[in-house]
Amino acid sequence: MIPRPFEYHVPRSLPEAIALLNQHGEGAKLLAGGHSLLPMMKLRFAEPEHLIDLGKLSELKGIREVDGEIRIGAMTTENELIWSELLQTRCPLLVEGARQISDPQVRYRGTLGGDISHGDPGNDHPALMIALDAAFVLASERGERVVPADGFFVGTYATLLEPGEILTEIRIPLPAPGTGYCYAKLKRKTGDFATAATAVTLRMNAGAVDDVRIALTNVAETAIRATDAEQALRGKPLDEASIAEAARLAMSICAPVADLRGDPEYKTAMAGEMTRRALASAYARAAH
Amino acid sequence: MSKKIMVSFKLNGKETDVVVEPRELLIHTLREKCLHTGPHIGCETSHCGACTVDFDGMSVKSCTMLTVQAEGAEVLTVEGLAQGGDLHALQEGFMQEHGLQCGFCTPGMLMRAYRLLQENPDPSEEEIRYWMAGNLCRCTGYQNIVKAVQYAARKLRGEAVETSHPLMAAETADNH
Repeated sequence: MIPRPFEYHVPRSLPEAIALLNQHGEGAKLLAGGHSLLPMMKLRFAEPEHLIDLGKLSELKGIREVDGEIRIGAMTTENELIWSELLQTRCPLLVEGARQISDPQVRYRGTLGGDISHGDPGNDHPALMIALDAAFVLASERGERVVPADGFFVGTYATLLEPGEILTEIRIPLPAPGTGYCYAKLKRKTGDFATAATAVTLRMNAGAVDDVRIALTNVAETAIRATDAEQALRGKPLDEASIAEAARLAMSICAPVADLRGDPEYKTAMAGEMTRRALASAYARAAH
Repeated sequence: MSKKIMVSFKLNGKETDVVVEPRELLIHTLREKCLHTGPHIGCETSHCGACTVDFDGMSVKSCTMLTVQAEGAEVLTVEGLAQGGDLHALQEGFMQEHGLQCGFCTPGMLMRAYRLLQENPDPSEEEIRYWMAGNLCRCTGYQNIVKAVQYAARKLRGEAVETSHPLMAAETADNH
């Protein structure tokens, strides 16, 4: 319950936050919503010497449409995602996903950027971001770089974020009208991390799959993209047989850890089942 | 020991200054420095919601916020719900509908429901259960908490309220 002592900093601008991060180096952690970091600090899994609170950086908040993209500030909260009219109408997968994350109180504080940067395979946004073909803006003293979500997650709690970098913005290409979508999440109870979950975006054209993206949550060291399953579906009708084959290919890349949510066999089977359900729901929602 | 910081915030409408170590959790400040001991601690993993307070228009778990993050904030605890000795509709609802037993989750339940009813004055049963999911209760089985929130919602909308409890309803009728 009681974290180790640390020094607290509240930068008022992004350059100030970056300077503080460089000044304090590895002993420093960025504080966003605080609903992953503080719990780890309370259990002394994490013992940073400096916390740099990004809470006053209003430039890291907000949801806008710019040049065919949805741009979301990294400090935008889950609750703000859920109630965004832009997302509800243009990117409902993100709303459906956010509604299944944790609970109301946590969603008032937890941020999109924090959920992504944490790099926890149990988090939901990594797979959602891969399914949405998102890209992340990483800012540092050297300027900005933009990296795709697919490839960003390199291990448990490990991402492409380098020391001194801050995830400032999430960019999602506006899904084409008529794109089907679904986030199917199996969990033991409200607020739990997924036993297995699948995010899908799907476009149909003339009775065949035009494009599909499939990403899996909590069944490997990181969120993973089921590229073979996607490839097997492209250009084909979406029916029971093709869905079953996609689920089989998705299961073939699962490597979950055994824990209280189940053994690897169970989690893998559930990843297949979530993939089947997500594809079927996305198909029902897609324009034909 | 890190340097202590003075933090100023509004607690139930009153300007409040506290001096805290950065690591001090808001729940501890509220309970130990401000002596508002209604908010409770039921876990150390941010699940139970017994510590829920209203913070700048959000329901937050005060065990998962640092007091230093409250600089300039408006914080409302269960102690601030009743006005001039009159219970808030939610407090009345929890009493009338038997929405509490041991009372340990109740301050957090009330503060979460307070924000919920401002955002959605006429929630369905399903919506109440979904939007109260951050608050655990060991005693009630939630059924009467749902009724309590519905009671308060009706009262806050200016509609007639009546307890759904058969014995209490009969007693009220006898008194008339």
